[in-house]
Amino acid sequence: MDFSREFKIALRVSIPVMMGYGVLGFAFGLLAISVGLPWYIAFFMSIIIYAGALQFLAVGFITAKTGFIDIFISSFFVNIRQAFYGLSVLGKFKKTGKFKPYLIFGLTDETYALLTTIKEDPQIKKKYYYFYLSILNQSYWILGTLLGAVFGSMVKFDTSGLEFSLTTLFVVLALEQYKTQKRYLPFLIGAGASLLAIIFVPVNNMLLVAIALALLGMFIFKKRFEDGK
Amino acid sequence: MENSEIYLAILVMALANLLTRILPFLFFVKKEPPSAIVFIEENFPPIIMVILIFYTLSSIDFQNQFYGLKEFLAIGITAYLHIRFNNYLISIFVGTLSYMFLVQFSGL
Repeated sequence: MDFSREFKIALRVSIPVMMGYGVLGFAFGLLAISVGLPWYIAFFMSIIIYAGALQFLAVGFITAKTGFIDIFISSFFVNIRQAFYGLSVLGKFKKTGKFKPYLIFGLTDETYALLTTIKEDPQIKKKYYYFYLSILNQSYWILGTLLGAVFGSMVKFDTSGLEFSLTTLFVVLALEQYKTQKRYLPFLIGAGASLLAIIFVPVNNMLLVAIALALLGMFIFKKRFEDGK
Repeated sequence: MENSEIYLAILVMALANLLTRILPFLFFVKKEPPSAIVFIEENFPPIIMVILIFYTLSSIDFQNQFYGLKEFLAIGITAYLHIRFNNYLISIFVGTLSYMFLVQFSGL
Protein backbone atom coordinates (compact mmCIF):
# COMPACT_ATOMS: atom_id res chain seq x y z
CA MET A 1 0.00 0.00 0.00
CA ASP A 2 1.26 3.40 -0.91
CA PHE A 3 0.11 6.41 1.06
CA SER A 4 2.39 9.02 -0.47
CA ARG A 5 -0.65 10.86 -1.80
CA GLU A 6 -2.00 11.31 1.73
CA PHE A 7 1.44 12.45 2.87
CA LYS A 8 1.72 15.00 0.08
CA ILE A 9 -1.68 16.49 0.84
CA ALA A 10 -0.90 16.62 4.58
CA LEU A 11 2.42 18.33 3.83
CA ARG A 12 0.76 20.96 1.66
CA VAL A 13 -2.04 21.63 4.15
CA SER A 14 0.41 21.92 7.06
CA ILE A 15 2.69 24.59 5.57
CA PRO A 16 1.17 27.51 7.53
CA VAL A 17 1.67 25.52 10.72
CA MET A 18 5.28 24.88 9.70
CA MET A 19 5.87 28.63 9.72
CA GLY A 20 4.01 29.20 12.97
CA TYR A 21 5.40 26.26 14.95
CA GLY A 22 8.87 26.79 13.55
CA VAL A 23 9.02 30.35 14.83
CA LEU A 24 7.22 29.77 18.14
CA GLY A 25 9.20 26.58 18.79
CA PHE A 26 12.37 28.55 18.10
CA ALA A 27 11.31 31.20 20.62
CA PHE A 28 10.55 28.48 23.15
CA GLY A 29 13.94 26.83 22.69
CA LEU A 30 15.64 30.21 23.03
CA LEU A 31 13.70 31.06 26.20
CA ALA A 32 14.46 27.68 27.80
CA ILE A 33 18.19 28.15 27.18
CA SER A 34 18.09 31.75 28.43
CA VAL A 35 16.85 30.67 31.88
CA GLY A 36 19.57 28.01 32.08
CA LEU A 37 17.72 24.85 31.06
CA PRO A 38 19.72 22.38 28.94
CA TRP A 39 18.65 21.82 25.33
CA TYR A 40 17.54 18.24 25.96
CA ILE A 41 14.96 19.35 28.55
CA ALA A 42 13.40 21.72 25.99
CA PHE A 43 13.50 18.89 23.42
CA PHE A 44 11.93 16.44 25.89
CA MET A 45 9.13 18.93 26.63
CA SER A 46 8.31 19.39 22.96
CA ILE A 47 8.06 15.62 22.59
CA ILE A 48 5.95 14.70 25.60
CA ILE A 49 4.01 17.87 26.49
CA TYR A 50 3.58 19.32 23.01
CA ALA A 51 1.49 22.38 23.92
CA GLY A 52 2.75 25.87 23.08
CA ALA A 53 1.40 28.09 25.82
CA LEU A 54 1.91 25.43 28.46
CA GLN A 55 5.57 24.90 27.59
CA PHE A 56 6.26 28.64 27.83
CA LEU A 57 4.55 28.57 31.22
CA ALA A 58 6.55 25.48 32.16
CA VAL A 59 9.74 27.51 31.97
CA GLY A 60 8.20 29.84 34.57
CA PHE A 61 6.96 26.98 36.76
CA ILE A 62 10.42 25.42 36.80
CA THR A 63 12.28 28.64 37.59
CA ALA A 64 9.73 29.58 40.29
CA LYS A 65 9.84 26.06 41.80
CA THR A 66 6.04 25.78 41.69
CA GLY A 67 4.48 22.83 43.57
CA PHE A 68 3.33 19.79 41.58
CA ILE A 69 -0.35 20.07 42.54
CA ASP A 70 -0.39 23.73 41.53
CA ILE A 71 1.30 22.79 38.26
CA PHE A 72 -1.22 20.05 37.56
CA ILE A 73 -4.34 22.12 38.24
CA SER A 74 -3.02 25.22 36.45
CA SER A 75 -1.94 23.19 33.40
CA PHE A 76 -5.33 21.52 33.22
CA PHE A 77 -7.22 24.80 33.20
CA VAL A 78 -4.78 26.50 30.86
CA ASN A 79 -5.57 23.86 28.26
CA ILE A 80 -9.17 23.04 29.11
CA ARG A 81 -10.23 24.49 25.76
CA GLN A 82 -8.73 21.39 24.17
CA ALA A 83 -11.39 19.22 25.81
CA PHE A 84 -13.82 21.08 23.62
CA TYR A 85 -11.85 20.12 20.52
CA GLY A 86 -12.06 16.45 21.46
CA LEU A 87 -15.83 16.69 21.72
CA SER A 88 -16.12 17.93 18.17
CA VAL A 89 -13.81 15.35 16.59
CA LEU A 90 -15.20 12.29 18.38
CA GLY A 91 -16.89 11.18 15.18
CA LYS A 92 -13.93 11.96 12.89
CA PHE A 93 -11.55 9.85 14.99
CA LYS A 94 -13.90 6.88 15.32
CA LYS A 95 -12.43 4.77 12.54
CA THR A 96 -8.78 5.67 12.92
CA GLY A 97 -7.72 2.40 14.64
CA LYS A 98 -4.10 2.25 15.76
CA PHE A 99 -3.54 5.94 14.99
CA LYS A 100 -6.19 7.12 17.43
CA PRO A 101 -4.01 7.43 20.57
CA TYR A 102 -1.49 9.62 18.72
CA LEU A 103 -4.22 11.69 17.07
CA ILE A 104 -5.70 12.44 20.50
CA PHE A 105 -2.27 13.24 21.96
CA GLY A 106 -1.50 15.58 19.06
CA LEU A 107 -4.76 17.53 19.15
CA THR A 108 -3.28 21.04 19.43
CA ASP A 109 -5.12 24.26 18.50
CA GLU A 110 -3.56 24.33 15.05
CA THR A 111 -3.99 20.63 14.25
CA TYR A 112 -7.60 20.87 15.35
CA ALA A 113 -8.11 23.92 13.18
CA LEU A 114 -6.70 22.14 10.11
CA LEU A 115 -8.64 18.94 10.79
CA THR A 116 -11.93 20.76 11.08
CA THR A 117 -11.64 23.51 8.47
CA ILE A 118 -9.82 22.01 5.47
CA LYS A 119 -12.15 20.21 3.13
CA GLU A 120 -11.08 16.62 2.68
CA ASP A 121 -10.52 14.90 -0.62
CA PRO A 122 -12.98 11.95 -0.58
CA GLN A 123 -10.50 9.77 -2.51
CA ILE A 124 -7.88 9.62 0.25
CA LYS A 125 -7.51 7.26 3.20
CA LYS A 126 -8.52 9.60 5.99
CA LYS A 127 -6.77 7.98 8.90
CA TYR A 128 -3.38 8.18 7.17
CA TYR A 129 -4.00 11.79 6.21
CA TYR A 130 -4.93 12.70 9.82
CA PHE A 131 -1.88 10.88 11.13
CA TYR A 132 0.56 12.50 8.72
CA LEU A 133 -0.92 15.93 9.42
CA SER A 134 -0.60 15.46 13.19
CA ILE A 135 2.92 14.12 13.13
CA LEU A 136 4.16 16.70 10.62
CA ASN A 137 2.86 19.45 12.88
CA GLN A 138 4.64 18.02 15.91
CA SER A 139 7.84 17.57 13.95
CA TYR A 140 7.81 21.31 13.06
CA TRP A 141 7.39 22.11 16.74
CA ILE A 142 10.26 19.83 17.78
CA LEU A 143 12.51 21.09 15.01
CA GLY A 144 11.82 24.74 15.91
CA THR A 145 12.59 23.99 19.56
CA LEU A 146 15.90 22.34 18.71
CA LEU A 147 16.96 25.16 16.39
CA GLY A 148 16.08 27.76 19.05
CA ALA A 149 17.97 25.84 21.72
CA VAL A 150 21.04 25.40 19.53
CA PHE A 151 20.99 29.05 18.47
CA GLY A 152 20.55 30.14 22.09
CA SER A 153 23.53 28.06 23.22
CA MET A 154 25.84 29.23 20.45
CA VAL A 155 25.01 32.88 20.02
CA LYS A 156 25.42 34.88 23.19
CA PHE A 157 23.36 38.03 23.47
CA ASP A 158 21.46 39.91 26.14
CA THR A 159 18.15 38.05 26.51
CA SER A 160 16.68 40.18 29.29
CA GLY A 161 13.05 40.82 28.49
CA LEU A 162 12.72 37.69 26.35
CA GLU A 163 10.32 36.19 28.92
CA PHE A 164 7.83 38.84 27.76
CA SER A 165 7.19 36.65 24.69
CA LEU A 166 4.87 34.73 27.00
CA THR A 167 2.84 37.84 27.79
CA THR A 168 2.58 38.79 24.12
CA LEU A 169 1.45 35.24 23.29
CA PHE A 170 -1.43 35.51 25.78
CA VAL A 171 -2.32 39.02 24.59
CA VAL A 172 -2.64 37.63 21.07
CA LEU A 173 -4.64 34.60 22.21
CA ALA A 174 -6.97 36.81 24.26
CA LEU A 175 -7.60 39.04 21.22
CA GLU A 176 -8.30 35.95 19.13
CA GLN A 177 -10.79 34.81 21.76
CA TYR A 178 -12.47 38.19 21.63
CA LYS A 179 -12.89 37.84 17.87
CA THR A 180 -14.86 34.64 18.24
CA GLN A 181 -16.95 35.71 21.22
CA LYS A 182 -17.25 39.51 20.86
CA ARG A 183 -18.16 40.28 24.44
CA TYR A 184 -16.51 41.81 27.45
CA LEU A 185 -17.85 39.74 30.34
CA PRO A 186 -15.20 36.95 30.23
CA PHE A 187 -12.44 39.57 30.09
CA LEU A 188 -13.87 41.47 33.04
CA ILE A 189 -14.18 38.26 35.06
CA GLY A 190 -10.62 37.25 34.18
CA ALA A 191 -9.25 40.67 35.09
CA GLY A 192 -11.30 40.92 38.30
CA ALA A 193 -10.29 37.46 39.48
CA SER A 194 -6.62 38.15 38.69
CA LEU A 195 -6.54 41.49 40.48
CA LEU A 196 -8.21 40.05 43.59
CA ALA A 197 -5.73 37.16 43.59
CA ILE A 198 -2.73 39.48 43.12
CA ILE A 199 -3.87 41.73 45.96
CA PHE A 200 -4.83 39.07 48.49
CA VAL A 201 -2.56 36.06 48.00
CA PRO A 202 1.21 35.55 47.59
CA VAL A 203 2.51 35.54 44.01
CA ASN A 204 3.15 31.80 43.87
CA ASN A 205 -0.51 30.97 44.62
CA MET A 206 -1.91 33.67 42.39
CA LEU A 207 -2.66 31.53 39.34
CA LEU A 208 -4.61 28.85 41.18
CA VAL A 209 -6.63 31.33 43.25
CA ALA A 210 -7.43 33.41 40.17
CA ILE A 211 -8.68 30.30 38.34
CA ALA A 212 -10.90 29.35 41.30
CA LEU A 213 -12.30 32.90 41.61
CA ALA A 214 -12.94 33.06 37.87
CA LEU A 215 -14.85 29.75 37.90
CA LEU A 216 -16.91 31.10 40.78
CA GLY A 217 -17.53 34.31 38.85
CA MET A 218 -18.61 32.35 35.78
CA PHE A 219 -21.30 30.53 37.72
CA ILE A 220 -22.45 33.74 39.43
CA PHE A 221 -22.92 35.33 35.98
CA LYS A 222 -24.06 32.10 34.31
CA LYS A 223 -27.33 33.60 33.18
CA ARG A 224 -25.56 36.47 31.45
CA PHE A 225 -23.20 34.08 29.69
CA GLU A 226 -26.13 32.09 28.41
CA ASP A 227 -27.87 35.21 27.19
CA GLY A 228 -24.73 35.84 25.16
CA LYS A 229 -23.97 39.21 26.72
CA MET B 1 14.62 22.73 40.81
CA GLU B 2 16.82 19.63 40.75
CA ASN B 3 16.97 17.79 37.44
CA SER B 4 14.81 14.93 38.73
CA GLU B 5 12.20 17.45 39.93
CA ILE B 6 12.23 19.13 36.54
CA TYR B 7 11.49 15.81 34.82
CA LEU B 8 8.71 15.12 37.31
CA ALA B 9 7.23 18.60 36.74
CA ILE B 10 7.33 17.98 32.99
CA LEU B 11 5.57 14.64 33.43
CA VAL B 12 2.89 16.32 35.56
CA MET B 13 2.31 18.93 32.85
CA ALA B 14 2.29 16.30 30.11
CA LEU B 15 -0.32 14.35 32.07
CA ALA B 16 -2.55 17.37 32.75
CA ASN B 17 -2.30 18.38 29.09
CA LEU B 18 -3.06 14.86 27.84
CA LEU B 19 -6.03 14.71 30.22
CA THR B 20 -7.61 17.77 28.57
CA ARG B 21 -7.17 16.16 25.15
CA ILE B 22 -8.34 12.68 26.10
CA LEU B 23 -11.25 13.56 28.43
CA PRO B 24 -14.06 13.55 25.87
CA PHE B 25 -12.83 10.25 24.43
CA LEU B 26 -12.83 8.63 27.88
CA PHE B 27 -16.20 9.77 29.13
CA PHE B 28 -18.44 11.18 26.47
CA VAL B 29 -18.31 8.73 23.63
CA LYS B 30 -21.67 7.27 24.58
CA LYS B 31 -23.37 9.85 26.75
CA GLU B 32 -23.71 13.63 26.58
CA PRO B 33 -21.35 15.61 28.84
CA PRO B 34 -22.94 17.36 31.85
CA SER B 35 -24.05 20.91 31.09
CA ALA B 36 -21.73 22.42 33.73
CA ILE B 37 -18.70 20.93 31.96
CA VAL B 38 -19.83 22.14 28.55
CA PHE B 39 -20.43 25.58 30.09
CA ILE B 40 -16.87 25.72 31.47
CA GLU B 41 -15.29 24.46 28.25
CA GLU B 42 -17.16 26.97 26.14
CA ASN B 43 -16.64 30.02 28.28
CA PHE B 44 -13.41 29.56 30.18
CA PRO B 45 -10.84 30.01 27.37
CA PRO B 46 -11.04 33.84 27.10
CA ILE B 47 -11.02 34.11 30.90
CA ILE B 48 -7.87 32.00 31.32
CA MET B 49 -6.03 34.03 28.66
CA VAL B 50 -6.67 37.22 30.65
CA ILE B 51 -5.60 35.51 33.88
CA LEU B 52 -2.40 34.34 32.19
CA ILE B 53 -1.59 37.88 31.05
CA PHE B 54 -1.82 39.00 34.68
CA TYR B 55 0.06 35.92 35.86
CA THR B 56 2.99 36.57 33.54
CA LEU B 57 3.04 40.17 34.78
CA SER B 58 2.75 39.30 38.47
CA SER B 59 6.50 39.17 38.89
CA ILE B 60 7.13 42.71 37.63
CA ASP B 61 8.46 45.21 40.03
CA PHE B 62 5.90 47.86 40.91
CA GLN B 63 8.36 49.49 43.31
CA ASN B 64 9.96 50.84 40.15
CA GLN B 65 9.14 54.54 39.80
CA PHE B 66 7.39 53.94 36.47
CA TYR B 67 4.91 51.33 37.81
CA GLY B 68 5.01 48.88 34.94
CA LEU B 69 5.02 51.46 32.15
CA LYS B 70 7.31 49.27 30.00
CA GLU B 71 4.89 46.37 30.26
CA PHE B 72 1.93 48.59 29.51
CA LEU B 73 3.64 50.05 26.43
CA ALA B 74 4.75 46.67 25.11
CA ILE B 75 1.28 45.18 25.57
CA GLY B 76 -0.16 48.19 23.75
CA ILE B 77 2.26 47.68 20.85
CA THR B 78 1.48 43.95 20.68
CA ALA B 79 -2.28 44.51 20.73
CA TYR B 80 -2.10 47.32 18.17
CA LEU B 81 -0.02 45.20 15.78
CA HIS B 82 -2.34 42.27 16.19
CA ILE B 83 -5.45 44.30 15.47
CA ARG B 84 -3.73 46.07 12.59
CA PHE B 85 -2.01 43.14 10.83
CA ASN B 86 -3.77 40.13 12.28
CA ASN B 87 -0.59 38.05 12.07
CA TYR B 88 0.33 36.49 15.39
CA LEU B 89 3.99 36.00 14.48
CA ILE B 90 4.45 39.72 13.80
CA SER B 91 2.59 40.63 17.01
CA ILE B 92 4.60 38.28 19.22
CA PHE B 93 7.95 38.94 17.59
CA VAL B 94 7.78 42.74 17.46
CA GLY B 95 5.97 42.94 20.81
CA THR B 96 8.72 40.95 22.53
CA LEU B 97 11.50 42.85 20.78
CA SER B 98 10.03 46.19 21.83
CA TYR B 99 9.89 45.00 25.42
CA MET B 100 13.49 43.79 25.26
CA PHE B 101 14.46 47.15 23.84
CA LEU B 102 12.61 48.98 26.64
CA VAL B 103 14.24 46.79 29.30
CA GLN B 104 17.74 47.01 27.93
CA PHE B 105 17.95 50.55 26.59
CA SER B 106 15.16 52.85 27.74
CA GLY B 107 15.99 53.21 31.44
CA LEU B 108 12.28 53.01 32.30
